[in-house]
Amino acid sequence: MNSTTKIISDWLSTNTYHHSDFWDLEKLVEAKQESGQKISLCIPTLNEEKTIGKEIIIFKSELMDRYPLVDEIAVIDSGSKDKTLEVAASYGADTYLSADILPEQGFKPGKGENLWKAIYQLKGDIICYVDADITNIHARFVTGLVAPLIYRPEVQYVKAFYDRPLAFSEGVRPSGGGRVTEILVRPLFSLFFPELTALVQPLSGEYAVRREVLEEIPFPIGYGVETSHLIDVYQKRGLGAFAQTDLDSRVHRNQATTDLGKMAFGILQSFLNRLESNDMVKELPDMETIFRQFQAEGKKYEQVLKEIVEEERPPMNTIDEYLSSRSKS
Amino acid sequence: MPFSDEIFSENPFLPSDQTLGSERNFMEKAKTETESGKPSEYRKVLETLREILLANVVMAAEIPSPTFHEEGVVEFLFNRFKEAGLNHVAIDEAGNATGMIPGTRGGKNILIAAHVDKIWEKKEDHTLSVSADSMQGRGVADNSLGVAVLATLPIILKKLGIELESNLILLGNTCSFGRGDLAGMRFFLDHFEKDIDSALCLEGTQLGRLSYSSMGMARGEIVVNVGEEPEGLMMDRSSAIGSLNKIINSILAIERPEKPKTSILLGSVESGSGYNVPPITGRLRFEIRSESAGVVDKVKNQIQEIVEECQAVDQCDATLSILAQRSPGDIGFDHPLVRKARETLSELGIKTKVAPSISELSALLDKGIPALTLGLTKGDNRHAENESILIEPVFDGLAQLVSLLKFMDSSAETTAEK
Repeated sequence: MNSTTKIISDWLSTNTYHHSDFWDLEKLVEAKQESGQKISLCIPTLNEEKTIGKEIIIFKSELMDRYPLVDEIAVIDSGSKDKTLEVAASYGADTYLSADILPEQGFKPGKGENLWKAIYQLKGDIICYVDADITNIHARFVTGLVAPLIYRPEVQYVKAFYDRPLAFSEGVRPSGGGRVTEILVRPLFSLFFPELTALVQPLSGEYAVRREVLEEIPFPIGYGVETSHLIDVYQKRGLGAFAQTDLDSRVHRNQATTDLGKMAFGILQSFLNRLESNDMVKELPDMETIFRQFQAEGKKYEQVLKEIVEEERPPMNTIDEYLSSRSKS
Repeated sequence: MPFSDEIFSENPFLPSDQTLGSERNFMEKAKTETESGKPSEYRKVLETLREILLANVVMAAEIPSPTFHEEGVVEFLFNRFKEAGLNHVAIDEAGNATGMIPGTRGGKNILIAAHVDKIWEKKEDHTLSVSADSMQGRGVADNSLGVAVLATLPIILKKLGIELESNLILLGNTCSFGRGDLAGMRFFLDHFEKDIDSALCLEGTQLGRLSYSSMGMARGEIVVNVGEEPEGLMMDRSSAIGSLNKIINSILAIERPEKPKTSILLGSVESGSGYNVPPITGRLRFEIRSESAGVVDKVKNQIQEIVEECQAVDQCDATLSILAQRSPGDIGFDHPLVRKARETLSELGIKTKVAPSISELSALLDKGIPALTLGLTKGDNRHAENESILIEPVFDGLAQLVSLLKFMDSSAETTAEK
């Protein structure tokens, strides 16, 4: 077994959990209170009125009212045209427009923008991010991610993965992420950051992270945010900073292949930028920012063009307003 | 620790210094607001428990629980009862979830029940959607809201600072629908060792509904089998559809008296699979309802004769099976419990709608137990995939429930005939 394989193998056995490992919520709340840490839950949204109400209800009931694990639940919105914010507020979430947070820094539409601004707006020592489009939402989506951070001080960044089928024998079964993970991200990690292949679903939108880690890394505002996070945290803190928890299953809107293509294009941009900034490639040529696809009508083929530029926000600990707000608190 | 046995083994309603901040957060007694016992004042306090209640609705609704396969929801209720520190938390032989909040004096036993089964098969999508003012999804009204209120009731009583003198028994009962024939409730009543003094049955809708009487009922199924058609012949013989059609017409021609009020409901017809193949079998499901048990029996016998006639005339196999039966029962419009329920609804500004029931209430009335069925909120599209409930009126429904509980606890007039 070569050294990378052994490192991954050891990590898988010590840093991979199942949410049922943390079934004892009383014990988890006690440990959290003893540690003195605050936990914030951030749900980034854009037009999610159909699912946001249920998410807030479940999290507020189970993780604030019944067991005080979470200190704040915040919805950070990119400018929904539906009733997302109204529904979220009616069930007790704190709601914010991304454009209203750090207005001096401007507003860039994109999920990563909301995640980045959450670092400024929210109070927690740990921030847990959960997507808003999950229809089978459950308290485990939070407890499974924050628990390793509460129980193990050396763990910094916990990713969700979704694996366990309803029934399985003792035999081997294949495991892994979605289409973009398996066709793009896993091969890229295998080539350039093989230890990161230990993460079953590197692109999952649910993760919990310590503030001191979040504030030191840049945030792509588009598709590349999850991939870039993993590379940046890995480069600074190593594989040992990560843990992952199986949350069983996640039911959400599935994206069309054409949309996955755009996602892959954005991720590739961020990835290549990371290779360059880490001096892992000599010099990249100027790259196109237009993603080209096709559609057909009868015998006629037309190009469908989409400009995708993976802008990034700098580390939050370089923003004066943030440093000033932290020094006051 | 919240909900732990150490704190609640003696009296679940005594505060303890060992409680965590969480319990103090939401279990502080709301003394001054509710001391007068007015339903409208309960309502204000109950609204602070909204997310806890609605989370229980989501969880109860999204677990499939078709009749005879209710284990998932029963387990959910069992866990909630355990967390709340109830006594005698168990799943009995009929699959019911049970728990008890002991009274400060004991002696009397009040039963609160909600049936846990839904009409939907496991394979159906049970996802609930939640908007600012409503919840929508299969089974949310019938009876996920009822189950959720049962699961939340211990917290509700604590929040209101209510300590009943009577023992309060919470029952999530199985097998309410169709062939289930109230088997869960019947088992509980046949095997509970003490007397039940009075009872309430919780249904999701409709708020204002007041059921204190049960109809006589017989639920049946007629199956017709005309046998295989000889090959190669295009004979114009009666198919199962034709035989069923004759049976249906004959049933519809049965005279139904206006008093006692009687109806025959034809619920479903199944036969055939295509355009040009005469079906061999057919099935008709129906229900006879009457204020008189004697009339139910009479109509049943008439239907039996119709089926036998069809068998003889059409030369087919035709069978009638009776799957469920209820006897009529009534505690009377002027019963103190009914009077209190009407007063409570009036205080809340809700119009009372009296309607007889054929559900768990009938099993309770059969045993001489004064009982009501209450609706908890307003809703639409009952038994459709877009079944929905309104959230705001739920708090009127809860206020109604709490008022009645307090009345049942304090009143000697509501006890069962011993």
